[in-house]
Formats: sequence, structure tokens, C-alpha cells
Amino acid sequence: MTKSHKKQQPANIKSLPKTPTGITGLDEITDGGLPQGRPTLICGEAGSGKTLMSLEFIVRGALVFNEPGVFMAFEEKTDELALNVASLGFNLYELQDEKKVKLDHVRIDRSEIEETGEYDLEGLFIRLGHAIDSIGAKRVVLDTIENLFSGLNDQAILRAELRRLFAFLKNKGVTAIITGEKGEGGALTRQGLEEYVSDCVILLDHRVINQISTRRLRVVKYRGSQHGTNEYPFLIDQDGISVLPVTSLGLEKAVSSKRVSSGIPALDYMLGGQGFFEGSSILVSGTAGTGKTSIGAYFAAETCKQKKKCLYFAFEESPNQIIRNMKSISIDLQPYVNSGLLKFHASRPTLYGLEMHLVAIYKLIKQFKPDTIILDPITNLITVGSVSEVKSMLVRLIDFLQNEQITVMFTALSLNTVVNEQTDEGVSSLVDTWMLVRDIEHNGERNRGLYIMKSRGMKHSNQVREFIITDKGLDLVDVYLGPEGVLTGSAREAQQLKERTGVALRDFAVSRKDKEITRKRTMLEAKISNLQAEFESVEEELNRIYYEDELKQQIMDKNRDEITKMRRGIKEESPIIKKQK
Amino acid sequence: MTEKDQSSLSEGNYLNKQEHHVYQLRLFVTGASPNSSRAITNLKDICETHLKGNYDLEIVDVYQQPLIVEREQIIALPMLIKKAPGIERRLIGDMSNTSKVLKGLGLQTEN
Repeated sequence: MTKSHKKQQPANIKSLPKTPTGITGLDEITDGGLPQGRPTLICGEAGSGKTLMSLEFIVRGALVFNEPGVFMAFEEKTDELALNVASLGFNLYELQDEKKVKLDHVRIDRSEIEETGEYDLEGLFIRLGHAIDSIGAKRVVLDTIENLFSGLNDQAILRAELRRLFAFLKNKGVTAIITGEKGEGGALTRQGLEEYVSDCVILLDHRVINQISTRRLRVVKYRGSQHGTNEYPFLIDQDGISVLPVTSLGLEKAVSSKRVSSGIPALDYMLGGQGFFEGSSILVSGTAGTGKTSIGAYFAAETCKQKKKCLYFAFEESPNQIIRNMKSISIDLQPYVNSGLLKFHASRPTLYGLEMHLVAIYKLIKQFKPDTIILDPITNLITVGSVSEVKSMLVRLIDFLQNEQITVMFTALSLNTVVNEQTDEGVSSLVDTWMLVRDIEHNGERNRGLYIMKSRGMKHSNQVREFIITDKGLDLVDVYLGPEGVLTGSAREAQQLKERTGVALRDFAVSRKDKEITRKRTMLEAKISNLQAEFESVEEELNRIYYEDELKQQIMDKNRDEITKMRRGIKEESPIIKKQK
Repeated sequence: MTEKDQSSLSEGNYLNKQEHHVYQLRLFVTGASPNSSRAITNLKDICETHLKGNYDLEIVDVYQQPLIVEREQIIALPMLIKKAPGIERRLIGDMSNTSKVLKGLGLQTEN
């Protein structure tokens, strides 16, 4: 951090110049690296990773920072060292040929040496000085210099010479690491090396708790610099050492108001219609067999469908098992795995300690850069730690994920429905969205109900939905609120059936009534036409009488005229009478 | 290791046999430091007393030949290496403890 700084302003005495180690995470803890031009002590028990850490310091220096380094081994032979780091992909011989690294094995065998009077360790100085000058080394490791004490008798000389050695190293301006075996009692090293190396002391630890071992690192002291004081877990794997600076200092992270779908439309609808916030944390808890993994798989599939990357941590089932099981609810994850969008990481919780899991998760996330991760289930981690440990791990994980803007879904198994609302590893207060899948036992059957306990920053449904898993997929349906309360499963089906029957019956009744009306209408209409016919005949009768009367009158009138005419004897008027007829 | 010590001691007992061998000694010193000067003086005395005419002493200044330090696995100085006869022995210090030097060279007798 300060290297380029220092070059620009050599007079700046404010910040201590530092040499970055290149070891993942260590530079963050030490705020930039080891004190430049000064010796640093790395101590720890046998097998705690001292040699590897110091060797990585040299190799990374040569490869990444272009700073040649000298590794002086008092324990292992150079061939052994080269072999040890070959597994990490470092080729020491090649580096040595390129004059970037100089390995020197110092062999001291007490049985071969007779002390005959006053001596000094000038030989070591010449060796070291020559090694440093030959490649222009900026970094030096002495591993483990305490071996001198077993090879030589005269403690007084040794101590005086050690003091001179550290002064010599400082004079040379090299950043040095001295390793030391942890001493008896509280002593950091067996020979009290911490007396000589007072600038920076790093303690490595390898503890076994509940049969699970965890490597830890602690910066015991760092003069003139701020540093993380906690114990940090670290991991040795094929990429070397990774230290995890597990807690970020503040709560200043960017937030996104973008939404991501859960893959279940009905669930999105419950969450204000749009799903989760991007970069939020979601907890799905529930009892065994309530479909937590299915929800997780749905979310994973949805993420991949959006061409985003998803990382699935399985602590219970193997990836193949999950893929097979999810096919039964019509989700095929295999294509996503093949296309590299989905990655499974299955590990037994007992494989290593909690912290190690965290480091492993952290590393994988850094590598894979997913948009979404799923941890299924976090409760299995409790087998390797106490509730408070799991909680603190998850706090740090959530913290980290929020910084990285990664959406995370945890699933948690609650052992019985009574306590599940209060425990859930205590993460419920940390997560943004908490869904609870719960068994509703009623009517001799078990059904699943889904609640949204909370969902920060969005409108969400307060209703219990019935959560159905079918071979077509997951769905949420409204539970039926019948006269006897909430109905689910077959009771709901029965109620729905009953309602449908009612509708059919009513339909039938209505149609019968309709028919009756029609019939009545036809009947009435028939009656009406009858009456009409009757009326017509009466009318006709009446008309006929009237007509007959009129006819009679006319005939009578005519006859009278005829009679009158005949009486008068007028014959000329006869055509008129004919006309009238 | 103890076996080797014994063998060198037993060799020391057969003085007659040893006399045929020339003692090949190399003394590594650091310039003219006090320890180095003392070591040279003391060793020369011992050799003249006990191995007169039967030794070959080479004095090496490691400041002049820094590479030799790594090759010979030298840490403490001054250092004397007895290459022959018998197995190689290393003696460090200013050679002021004569009996230890003699023991280291395999010259120590019963008394």
C-alpha cells in the first residue's frame, strides 16, 4: 500500500513503509504487509504452517512484486522445500535459475562439531550477505534459526550473535521473516527470539476443537502500524495460504434497489410482485421435508435463466442427488451446470471447522464471482460449532456478501415448529427476507404453509399461502378460509368440491325453473288462443244476427217498395229496383 | 554417532598406524579478527607439538572466498576441518582448549 507512496515522498514519516506479502488476506490484516526493512517473527507450533507461510512470502515476492528473496533453511533440505511447494505450483528451481530466489540449506550437526574456544557466527553472516548480494534480495527468510541452539552449545555467544544478525539484516535493508517454534508455557518461542525481533510478531496456531482442527493467525504485535488484533482463520490449500479478514469495519455498503425473481411467480407476488432485492439475504426456514431445498433450487434455476451465475453450497446432499431430486419437480439444473452458470460445492460440514468453511466459501466466491449463492442448509454447520459460533460466522458471511452485492439464500432446518420462530441460528435478525415454510397438520394429513415473516423494504403479503409441490413444480395457492377456519390440502379440495357441487345443483335448479316457465307460457298461450277462438265465434255469431237483421230489413223495405209500385202500376221504375239488388 | 566416535578413538590408539597418514587440516578464518589470529597461533602450536612433520595445514580466509562458506556448510568461525585421516571432523573456536582440539583430531591418549 505504501510502497509507491514511499518512493514519491521519502521524507514522509507518517506511515511505516510496508512490504506486501502477497498472501491472500494477510496484507489486509496487517494494513499493507510486513514492516519494510525489518525482521518479522512468525511463531507457532510444529505443523502450524510457518515454513509454508514464509516460503510463500519469498515466492510471491519474486513472482508478483519482483523482489528477489533468500530462503535460508535450517531444518529442511532445499530439495524437500522445493518438493513441498511444488504442490502449490511453485517451481523453486526455476526461480533459483532465474536468480529470483536463493535457497540455502544450513546443516548443523552437533555430533560433528567440537567447540574449542571462542567463536562467532561470521560464517552465517558471510553466507547470508553473499546470498543477498548475489541476487539483490529484498526479502530474507530464516527458517528456523532456533536450530542453531541445538547445534551449538555456547548460549552466550549465540545470543550475542543473534542480536548482531538482526542488526545486520536491518542494515542490509531487507524485509526478513524469522520463524520460531512455540515455546513452553506462554512463551512465543523456545529461545525467546521475540526479544530480538520486536517490530512485528505473528502467531500461528493450530487448534483441535471437537475433533476439528482450525488454523488461526494472530498479529501479536506490530510496532508503528495499526493491525487487526483478532484471531483469523486461515487455510492451506492448492493455492497456498489464504487468511480471511472476517469482519469489515463498518456498515457502509452500497445497496441496490433492483429486484430479482425467486423463480416462483406466486412468491414474487407475495413479495410486492417483484421478488427479492438484489444483494439481499434471504432465509428459508422450516421443518424437515417442507421443500426448502426445492425453493433454493428454484431460485438457482431462475438465476441461471437470467444468465447470471449461481453458486450452490450443499452441506447435506451431493450435487448429483440434488439434480436428480429436482428433476422430479420439473427443474433440470444439469444444463446450467454444463454451461458453467451454476456451480455446486458440496462438502460435509464435519470436513473442517466453521472458520474453514467460511474461508472456503469466501475463496470460492472470489473465484467464481456469482450473482447468487445458496447455502443449503446452514443448520448442518451447527454440527461443527455452537450456535453462537455459527451466528458469528454467518454475520461475517452476510457482511461480506452484502459488500460484494451478492444475493444469498440460506435454508435452515428447524427441529420442531415451536422453537423455530426464535432460533434459526439467530440469523433471522440479520437477513432481509425471512420465509417460513411450515407444516400444517389438520384432518389427518400434513400440508405446507408458507409465510413471509419479514421482508425489509418492500410490501409483502401477510397471508399464509399453501405451498404445493407437484411434479410440475412449486406453486402457492390461497388457503381456504372456510367456516371451520383455515383449510389446506384435501380439506381445501373437499371444500372447493363442495362449492362446485353447490354451483352445479343451483345451475340445475335454475334450468328446471326456466323450463317450467316456458311450459307455463306455452300452456297459457294455448289457453289464450282458445279463448280468442271462442271470442271470435261469439263475435261472428253476433255479427251474423246483426247482418240477418239488416238483410231482413232490406228485404222488407224492398218488398214494401215493390208492393207500393205494384199498387201504383208504374213499370218504368223497375231497373232501379234491380240495381239496388 | 557414538560408533563413529569410538572408531576414531580406536584409530587414535593405534599410533603406529596413524603415523603413516598425513593430517590434512583446513582452517577457515575471517581475516585478521582476534578469534582468527588466536586460532591460527593455537593450532600451529598444537600441530608443531603433536604432529610435527606429519600434517598439511591450509588456512582459508573466507572473506576472500565467500562461496566456500556455503559449499563447506560453515556457520561458526573460526573452524578447522580435519579431512584425513579417518572421518571428517569439525572443530570450531579459537583452539584455546587444547585437550578438546586433540580429542577432535583424534590425538587424545589415555592420559
